[in-house]
Amino acid sequence: MPGKLKAKIVAGRHLPVMDRASDLTDAFVEVKFGNTTFKTDVYPKSLNPQWNSEWFKFEVDDEDLQDEPLQITVLDHDTYSANDAIGKVYIDIDPLLCSEAATVISGWLPIYDTIHGIRGEINVLVKVDLFNDLNRFRQSSCGVKFFCTTSIPRCYRAVMVHGFVEELVVNEDPEYQWIDRIRTPRASNEARQRLIFLMSGELQRKIGLKVLEMGGNAVVGYLQCFDLEGETGLVVRAIGTACTLEKISTLPATATHPSNSSPSKDMKDSPQAAPSTLGCRSTHSSPVHSASSRLSQGFSVSVPTLLFAGMKPRHRSSEAPRARQCRPGFGEEAPGVPLSSGPPTPLRAQTFSSFSPSKSYSRQSSSSDTELSLTPKTGMGSGGSAGKEAGPLKALLRQQTQSALEQREYPFFTLTAFPPGFLLHVGGVVSARSVKLLDRIHNPDEPETRDAWWEEIRQEIKSHAKALGCHAVVGYSESTSICEEVCILSASGTAAILSSRFMQDGSLDTEHRLSRQPLCVFSTGSERVEGDMGSSASLGFEEVVPPGCGFCHIPYDELNIPFPAQLTYCYCCRRYKVPDVLFTTIDLPTEANVTGKGCLIQARLCRTKKKAQGEGNATAISNLLPFLEYELHTQLMNKLKLRGMNALFGLRIQISVGETMLLGLASATGVYLTALPSPGGIQVAGKTPSDITYEQHISNMQKKINDTISKNKELHEINPPEVVEEIIGSPIPEPRQRSRLFRSHSESSDEVSELDLSHGKKDAFVLEIDDTDAVEDIHALLTDSPTPAGFYSCNTEIMPGIQNWTSAIQMFTSVRVFRLNANLTNQGLNKIFSDLCENLLKSLYFKLRSMVPCCLCHLNFTVAIPEDELIQVAVTAVAMSFDKEQSLENGKQSGEKTLIKAITENDEQLQFNLELNAETSSPNPLSSPKGLSEVGSHPSARAPSVDYSSFADRCSSWIEQLKLKAHTIRRGSVKTTSSLEKASPLPEGRSRSLRSNRSYSGSSVAVVKMTPLSFIPGAKIIKYLGIINMFFIRETTSLREEGGVSGFLHTFIAEVFAMVRAHVAALGGNAVVSYSMKECVFMENPNKNQAQCLINVSGDAVIFIQESELESTSVQTQSATTHTSNGGEGT
Amino acid sequence: MLFKKMSMELDVFVGNTTVLDEDVYQLWLDGQTVTDAVRIRIEAGALQECEANAEVLLSDTMDQFRTFQMCERLLQSPSKVANQLLFQIPPHRQTMLIERYYEFDSMFAREVLGKKLSKGTKKDLDDIGSKTGIVLKSCRRQFDNFKRVFKVVEELKGPLVENIQRHFLLSDVLARDYAAIVFFANSRFETGKRKLQYLSFQDFAFCAGQLISYWTVGAVDNVVENMDVDLEKEFLHDLKDLKVLVNDKDMLDQHKSLVCAQLRGKIKVFSEMEASFKNLSRALVNIASKLTHTKDVRDLFIDLVEKFIEPCRSDKWTIGDLRLFLTHYSSSVHTLEAFRRQVIWDRYMGVIKSCILKMYHD
Repeated sequence: MPGKLKAKIVAGRHLPVMDRASDLTDAFVEVKFGNTTFKTDVYPKSLNPQWNSEWFKFEVDDEDLQDEPLQITVLDHDTYSANDAIGKVYIDIDPLLCSEAATVISGWLPIYDTIHGIRGEINVLVKVDLFNDLNRFRQSSCGVKFFCTTSIPRCYRAVMVHGFVEELVVNEDPEYQWIDRIRTPRASNEARQRLIFLMSGELQRKIGLKVLEMGGNAVVGYLQCFDLEGETGLVVRAIGTACTLEKISTLPATATHPSNSSPSKDMKDSPQAAPSTLGCRSTHSSPVHSASSRLSQGFSVSVPTLLFAGMKPRHRSSEAPRARQCRPGFGEEAPGVPLSSGPPTPLRAQTFSSFSPSKSYSRQSSSSDTELSLTPKTGMGSGGSAGKEAGPLKALLRQQTQSALEQREYPFFTLTAFPPGFLLHVGGVVSARSVKLLDRIHNPDEPETRDAWWEEIRQEIKSHAKALGCHAVVGYSESTSICEEVCILSASGTAAILSSRFMQDGSLDTEHRLSRQPLCVFSTGSERVEGDMGSSASLGFEEVVPPGCGFCHIPYDELNIPFPAQLTYCYCCRRYKVPDVLFTTIDLPTEANVTGKGCLIQARLCRTKKKAQGEGNATAISNLLPFLEYELHTQLMNKLKLRGMNALFGLRIQISVGETMLLGLASATGVYLTALPSPGGIQVAGKTPSDITYEQHISNMQKKINDTISKNKELHEINPPEVVEEIIGSPIPEPRQRSRLFRSHSESSDEVSELDLSHGKKDAFVLEIDDTDAVEDIHALLTDSPTPAGFYSCNTEIMPGIQNWTSAIQMFTSVRVFRLNANLTNQGLNKIFSDLCENLLKSLYFKLRSMVPCCLCHLNFTVAIPEDELIQVAVTAVAMSFDKEQSLENGKQSGEKTLIKAITENDEQLQFNLELNAETSSPNPLSSPKGLSEVGSHPSARAPSVDYSSFADRCSSWIEQLKLKAHTIRRGSVKTTSSLEKASPLPEGRSRSLRSNRSYSGSSVAVVKMTPLSFIPGAKIIKYLGIINMFFIRETTSLREEGGVSGFLHTFIAEVFAMVRAHVAALGGNAVVSYSMKECVFMENPNKNQAQCLINVSGDAVIFIQESELESTSVQTQSATTHTSNGGEGT
Repeated sequence: MLFKKMSMELDVFVGNTTVLDEDVYQLWLDGQTVTDAVRIRIEAGALQECEANAEVLLSDTMDQFRTFQMCERLLQSPSKVANQLLFQIPPHRQTMLIERYYEFDSMFAREVLGKKLSKGTKKDLDDIGSKTGIVLKSCRRQFDNFKRVFKVVEELKGPLVENIQRHFLLSDVLARDYAAIVFFANSRFETGKRKLQYLSFQDFAFCAGQLISYWTVGAVDNVVENMDVDLEKEFLHDLKDLKVLVNDKDMLDQHKSLVCAQLRGKIKVFSEMEASFKNLSRALVNIASKLTHTKDVRDLFIDLVEKFIEPCRSDKWTIGDLRLFLTHYSSSVHTLEAFRRQVIWDRYMGVIKSCILKMYHD
């Protein structure tokens, strides 16, 4: 009996009139948890009842506490007939189960009814008394913190990142349980809402259990999705990244804490976690500690760990499962530290590998055998590397890792942003899709098929990453699209190599390193491992490698590239090879060197398909998929070049399936990475040169394209230094060849990796117009209108070149549904679809014009085909104003700003560095930690022997970094003075935010900000109160009366926002970060005057405070540093 | 051409902070249709903003109109706006929304002034609409606002303006105008006669303010239970006692000589004044003495115009002449030793004087 839940019903207000005669209501409340129900007295004849009930107490297992929501039903008492339900409130009490989150839920919550929407509010108080349960075999996972945020939450630091966790639960969909529809839709919708709340709770609990088994105490980047499979059931699945987080305390003591020596301390917030952690740790501690066995340690300890507890016994049996996560001691304990803590890009000196821009994918039809093992590639990679780099350890490593990797570990991370230096190299986007036929899930407790499906996909992703020479996949996500019985499962991520240094420093999980080493060996050979090992030796090189380009350097062996690609030497450091184009699914690393600003780039595609059933349909779809992806990729590439940019971040490709068409929408943020070569233009080439008018046509087109490119460059302030090659004498070895894009479909084969996706480097990118398709494509290219003056847009968290945000933010959701009225060709469809998206964007800009200058961040498009001939596009994003004057300067000095931003944003994560290697450092708690850690993270200062104890040193090296940065960006025209002035970000923005805050204070309803980003500009998050994960269904049988479909959905979305805000406020919060609308399923039947909509939203409830204490405009390096540290630690 | 091949089924935009465009709000309040509103916005140059096109403007207008429509329910009980949860609207925007919703066209208010705020009148809205050029929808909103405010405050005790302000969160100026409307509707003052047509809403609103401030129960003692909507019965009754001023011939002559002594040489229309003094004085005192009858209260303004203002106007009094006359006419009564009802007289004449001065124009 480990928990007591207490609830008190205080009052109601704005209740609807339930008794027409008196215009009043006799309301009472039922409070239900599990199978226990309490009732309040009837409060007669009032629309604002004051129940002031006693405390209703539920004594329950903590398993139930996690699974069940508290259900509050408000009813109208009726003496003669059945009581009428006014509405319900579901309260997720999970935030109360974690000592660090909320302690009480108290406030006005909207009373919701699926037919009437919000009907008044109810004031409740909910508390939980939790008794600690140290039973190791318990089923609950109370205390594990969940975050939607896909980076380390702001007031925490990662002690360890354990790796990927996933789980799914299935159930029958109540909507389909009654074939003859005995129940009313309302009853079944209420049952669905309740069920999904339950399933989410159960899923979260199960994920939590896995996290505890792994020794973690939190899940970051938690992504939960619903698959409404219809008759075959309801699947709720989630993925996330298990971490051990530690709250950053503001006490100066942090610096001197022997923070990582005792794992139990890390777990202080979830006492339950401690025993298992200790257990794990003890089993593995011995190999870790001997320096000689560093590698083996890496291997044995490191498997990044996915436990299919309870679901897949076969996996478990293969290897002692629990043993996997053990943590080696940190800091001084680990003898291996000095060796491996070296530079993040160690091996580069020896190997240059080639790269292809990003995409390998494969598809499987449901019937086909899974052709996912890319063994040839893998073999190739490892073979090549083996030849080169036959370290004595390598063979050993390979042996050890190979078997382990063949198992089920997924070195996946749902994170999209990392502490600087953690992400070493990015290989490119890896994605996998699979078309499946849904079948009935016979035993909901063993959803083997669904699990197996996802496992296939993940295996494939893993092997793609290997083929790119990477040991990890970051920015990983999974999604589905369902139409009738066909389901497309998709997964994508960015192949990457992660640093092991952080783990040895004790900051991040050892498993990165562990997983990484084996993987490297396995796939591309041992160079990478060697590099890490020999990092101390290569320190000399490190110092010249700015952190802003390291991640661009290719991670794979250039002699064994799986794809043809153009490589050059890095335009920043000139030492390592970089690809000509880089696609990723992650956020732009804060430390990246970027020229100019970025912008949203979208590729949109429609493909018709024949109506079909069953297997035939699935086959048809899976035959179409490669073409779809190829075309999307081509479009992206063309549009990227058209904007004069060379890299995509936050790439998200969504493929949606309908009965007669497939929709593909790829969104990403294009930027010009300084390290990468300048993209060539686009050259149009005709095939029939005889025709003069045709020639003219082509030259016109060419001119237009060229104009657009130069206009775009101006718009995005892309002025890369042109002279570089002459100055440096670029040693680019490869002969540049003009590559051409093959447009004909026949040339692309099923094995997509054979497609020629390469592009000329400096040379123009040739578009051959040999058919009408190409002409259409070029037109499509040119129809994308630039963003209006004063606007920027991106789908990532950060827009390069803009930091001086004001506190004015506006989160919004826009939904549009279009009906296609005629039979259309593919081109016609494409045009329409593209216009839809463009017009939607235009509307957004117009709507938000009062916020100019402003940037639409995290523009997240979701497309769906709700019915035949209907296209639904939903967008959620946040508009953030910024200060114009500063932004102009910013353009010139983006380098410095970016660096500073990086410091601000990441200092909390870096703090561990300080704690670990700076025990001797200055006792001044405020100024030292940040400066130190920041410096420590830079390669130039990374050598362990550097003495950080003097503040002056720290300062100067910090300034040096700034200078270096400026230098890099402006190629010699350095004004270091200005870099100091820039050190304080946005004082004006902040003061404005203060003002606006004051004006809000008069409101009787607390203002709750919402944003899809993980931060709030001009404010710092001081507490995470728990995850918000809500699911609502709304239905109507009087569609016209409610303003038609638009009126209906408008009201519903506003209601969802209101409920999210109310629940956040009740938790004591004033904002939701990392907010997203995961699902918006809209169905209408205008003939019957009916409509129905399901919405699922999630986010992290937080408390933030305005950074008023940072107001000071006098900026010295020192003060900037100090402030930064304040911001990071969170008071 | 391609656009014909598809149609927008649904189009919504919802901001966490409700997005409100004040210009579009005004168009909505004015009762424009979406199509007209789009046209007006295009004429106002909205297409120059933000590279918009007609389609964008249509979508935005529809969306804004829908938002306002959703807010309308709340605006009808403004006290709910601040503690509702559905729309997150900063307080200053809430104030703007409410204030603008309750603002009205004085042309419209002038037409409705003094009429019973009932269904019957509502049918006349068509006529008012075509007469004033105000869109019917807007007329309905304004009329419903009058009715709503009237219903809420008619039974409330305490100062009328404060009641309106408290319940509808309006600005002081607007609350005073509503007080006038409520006051006129409650007492059903006649304002529709042809002879009164020259008077604007603001003229009447001023007079109403005077009446509320000086002639109601709340005017004399500030006890909160008192009602501001009705004229003080006792006071009206006491007004009968003023008759002595005209019935007593001595007193009338004495009064006249006092006033003439004061005004000689100071006004241009002295001789006309001297000639019509008795008639004018009789008119004012008779109006006062008849106010016990509800019917005559209703006719207060028409009486003032017919019996006092028109004679003065025909004699070409200037406003300055009139002011001087009324000042001395009113003050010289204090020196009439036989007259005992000085307080009542001042209370009466203070209001009458300022009303006449306000109403004395073309």
